[in-house]
Amino acid sequence: MKGMRVRAGRFRLYAAVAEGGFRRYATYRIATAAGVFTNTAFGLILAYTYIALWDERPGLGGYDQAQAVTFVWLGQGLLTVMALMGGGFEGELIERIRTGDIAVDLYRPADLQAWWLASDLGRALFQLLGRGIVPMAVGALVFDLALPADPLRWLAFLLAVALGALVSFGLRFLVALCAFWLLDGAGITQVVMLAGTFFSGMLLPLNVFPGALGDLARALPWSALLQVPADVFLGTHTGLGLLRTYAFQLGWAAALLTAGRLLQAAATRRVVVQGG
Amino acid sequence: METVGTTDLIELEGVEKVFDVRKKTGFLRRERHQVRAVDGISFTVPRGEMVGYIGPNGAGKSTTIKMLTGILTPSGGRLRVAGIVPSRERTRLAQRIGVVFGQRTTLWWDLPLIDSYRLVHRMYRIPDARFRENLDRCVELLELGALLDVPVRQLSLGQRMRGDIAAALLHDPEVLYLDEPTIGLDVISKAKVRGFLRDLNTQSGTTVLLTTHDLTDIEQLCERVMVIDHGRLMYDGPLAGLHEVGESERTLVVDLERELPPMEIESARVVKVEGPRQWLAFPAAQSAAPLVARIAARYPMADLSVREPDIEAVIAKMYAEKATS
Amino acid sequence: MADLTKTRAGQAGQPGRAGPPGQEGTGRLAQVRSGLRAYRLISAMWIRSLMAYRLSFVMSALGNFAVTAFDFAAILLMFSQVDRLGGYALAEVAFLYGASCTAFGLADLALGSMDRLGRRVRDGTLDTLLVRPAPVLAQVAADRFGLHRLGRLTQGALVLTYALVVLDIDWAPLKVLMVPLMLVSGAGIFAAVFMAGAAFQFVAQDAAEVQNAFTYGGTTLLQYPPTVFAKDLVRGVTFVLPLAFVNWLPALYVLGRPYPLDLPVWTAFAPPPVAVACLALAGLAWRAGLRSYRSTGS
Repeated sequence: MKGMRVRAGRFRLYAAVAEGGFRRYATYRIATAAGVFTNTAFGLILAYTYIALWDERPGLGGYDQAQAVTFVWLGQGLLTVMALMGGGFEGELIERIRTGDIAVDLYRPADLQAWWLASDLGRALFQLLGRGIVPMAVGALVFDLALPADPLRWLAFLLAVALGALVSFGLRFLVALCAFWLLDGAGITQVVMLAGTFFSGMLLPLNVFPGALGDLARALPWSALLQVPADVFLGTHTGLGLLRTYAFQLGWAAALLTAGRLLQAAATRRVVVQGG
Repeated sequence: METVGTTDLIELEGVEKVFDVRKKTGFLRRERHQVRAVDGISFTVPRGEMVGYIGPNGAGKSTTIKMLTGILTPSGGRLRVAGIVPSRERTRLAQRIGVVFGQRTTLWWDLPLIDSYRLVHRMYRIPDARFRENLDRCVELLELGALLDVPVRQLSLGQRMRGDIAAALLHDPEVLYLDEPTIGLDVISKAKVRGFLRDLNTQSGTTVLLTTHDLTDIEQLCERVMVIDHGRLMYDGPLAGLHEVGESERTLVVDLERELPPMEIESARVVKVEGPRQWLAFPAAQSAAPLVARIAARYPMADLSVREPDIEAVIAKMYAEKATS
Repeated sequence: MADLTKTRAGQAGQPGRAGPPGQEGTGRLAQVRSGLRAYRLISAMWIRSLMAYRLSFVMSALGNFAVTAFDFAAILLMFSQVDRLGGYALAEVAFLYGASCTAFGLADLALGSMDRLGRRVRDGTLDTLLVRPAPVLAQVAADRFGLHRLGRLTQGALVLTYALVVLDIDWAPLKVLMVPLMLVSGAGIFAAVFMAGAAFQFVAQDAAEVQNAFTYGGTTLLQYPPTVFAKDLVRGVTFVLPLAFVNWLPALYVLGRPYPLDLPVWTAFAPPPVAVACLALAGLAWRAGLRSYRSTGS
């Protein structure tokens, strides 16, 4: 009975933290509008280059032209949701580690990882609504997009996005914790952002990558951020394949979150030894 | 050149600053209205004076400072500093004034303190000999010797403030503006900063205008104080006069040897009782000594302390009176 | 202390004791000189600051190199699947890419942190720049000057060199001259975009990202041949926001290819005046922005 009440209290706490994450980004309306503008501009530019590419090679990577252009707009819509180029919580966490404020967080009754995860999921939800929908709508107005007619596939897509957000968090949490051991987290953040841009499909769909590079890219966690949700949206994975896809995302999420826990434990020991 | 011969270094006449503020009234509707942040202020500060400029938050203090430094352009009135119209010749004026923003350091975070001074040296084109002389003086008086090679990020708040004050003085400004120079500092740092400013003013004759929340700053440094509220100058004169004008009260906190009913003492009244401790309010202009003597004669007194009136309360009271009269 | 009083008293009343402002004279030229000097001083401070974290600097320089190299990697990946894109071969696209990246890299190195202006307005630190005896534009331009941005420039220059080596161009003197002219003018046009973007932030402090659409978006657009894009888009970046003059027009002249909107050949030589005009307009926008800041304080 008591355990359940504690758990319910916990849930309420993290729900409030997530709501806080959502609200924090929702406050910046002009910044959001500016971001939407830029995502849309990039979407336009990239869509034309993809059209040129698929003009030369129709059916490249198993996509038709409409699917390829849809991929572009999905990328622009999910760019901030998955924090592919940064802009999530990690900068703030690194700053707290650098200044030593983290010691306070570590002694709070709430769990560090769960706290930031909740906050980051709140942010991701806002970015999906605030920065995902408008570019997608503009894309659909200007180009012929391959939008799913089946509402179930939209749901399947949303689940893939949610799992992708978990993987994205897991990656960035690991990166941020590195700041305990490095003087300045900017370098490592940048390297991981680079990997994220390259291996998520943001640069070019991973199924266009040649040979072994393509196989490697599809196996890495970053593919769970954009390539996988996009493929679910475009109907590449159905039935058992869809379940396999979710399992792939879940597997990476579990592995990364576990690694994050271990690293957090090590970091806590370090703070205790150093006396904060 | 210009008004160099006159003794007034800072001259304001009917200075106004009006902001257009847009307020959201609906989803997309916005209403514009005007806020008079500074509403016709006139005063002069002669060369060599040290003046306190106080008032509650949003009263127009920093707007005035921003106009005096040339950051903001006044909406009306006349304003001159060292004979220069600040908004028109901002960079020329910059050579002749020093500015310290209490909460915004101008020092270089990751570099040793001395590097920030070297930049000032070159940016203000200070002659080498003069720079060395001024730096030596600041280092000595502000006790910066051991800090010069320390990266600024490793300095304490008090050390940084002293560093910032030095940076503002290396080019021999005629006027020094200080915006909350003691905010957030510990008692010792506050004393050091105040001591330095007093010396600077008396020895070098630098004109100082300082805004502060800390009444002690004013008491220890300024013979003259100006109070601004709602963009208007409410008071301009000696600090003691402020208490009279505001009809403010000081508080005597008396610890009696045991719990007693509220004391009855002429020219003071008990405002609060808590166990054996009682609070008595009395006019700020009146001396506490006879009052203490009267209490000691009639009641078993264990300990006592005097509390100065809160500046915000004084100003609030002044404003309330002005509004009703 | 006594002699101190004396020196001070002896000097009281002399305007501009430290560094006489009249020494340099007034007027535009003196202002430009003082601005360049302030830019040099402040950027030198940032370089020193950066060196306080050497490892981090190396990593971010490499990162800067890599992130821009990815754009070219995408192009290489595309060409691993096709021989031509919009009718252009890899070497020709590399030429466009290298020119766009190098010109942008120059502007980015010089002014890349101007988009921090909005933040400075928000947290009030712009005021600390306004009380210094140097033009604010120069101080803002040098703000956070980062040598790690050499990464992007290097990368662009490498691809440009590669393109110049592999391309089979019939080099005439005018074509040779066109290459440096294109890079300098292109950098000027991008610099104008950075300046205009910063000026816009005086009005909308949170809108820093809008300018990314024109800077990073612009350079991405110019990496591909104009034949790839819709006519209206090409018209827009030719006549409205003249990004086409950065590299498309001059590069197509060097490559001996016609410009898609049937523009006359002489327009290939227009980039220098276009850059000057853009910079002048951006300068006016900056002045208007600063004036509005100084009248509203926000």
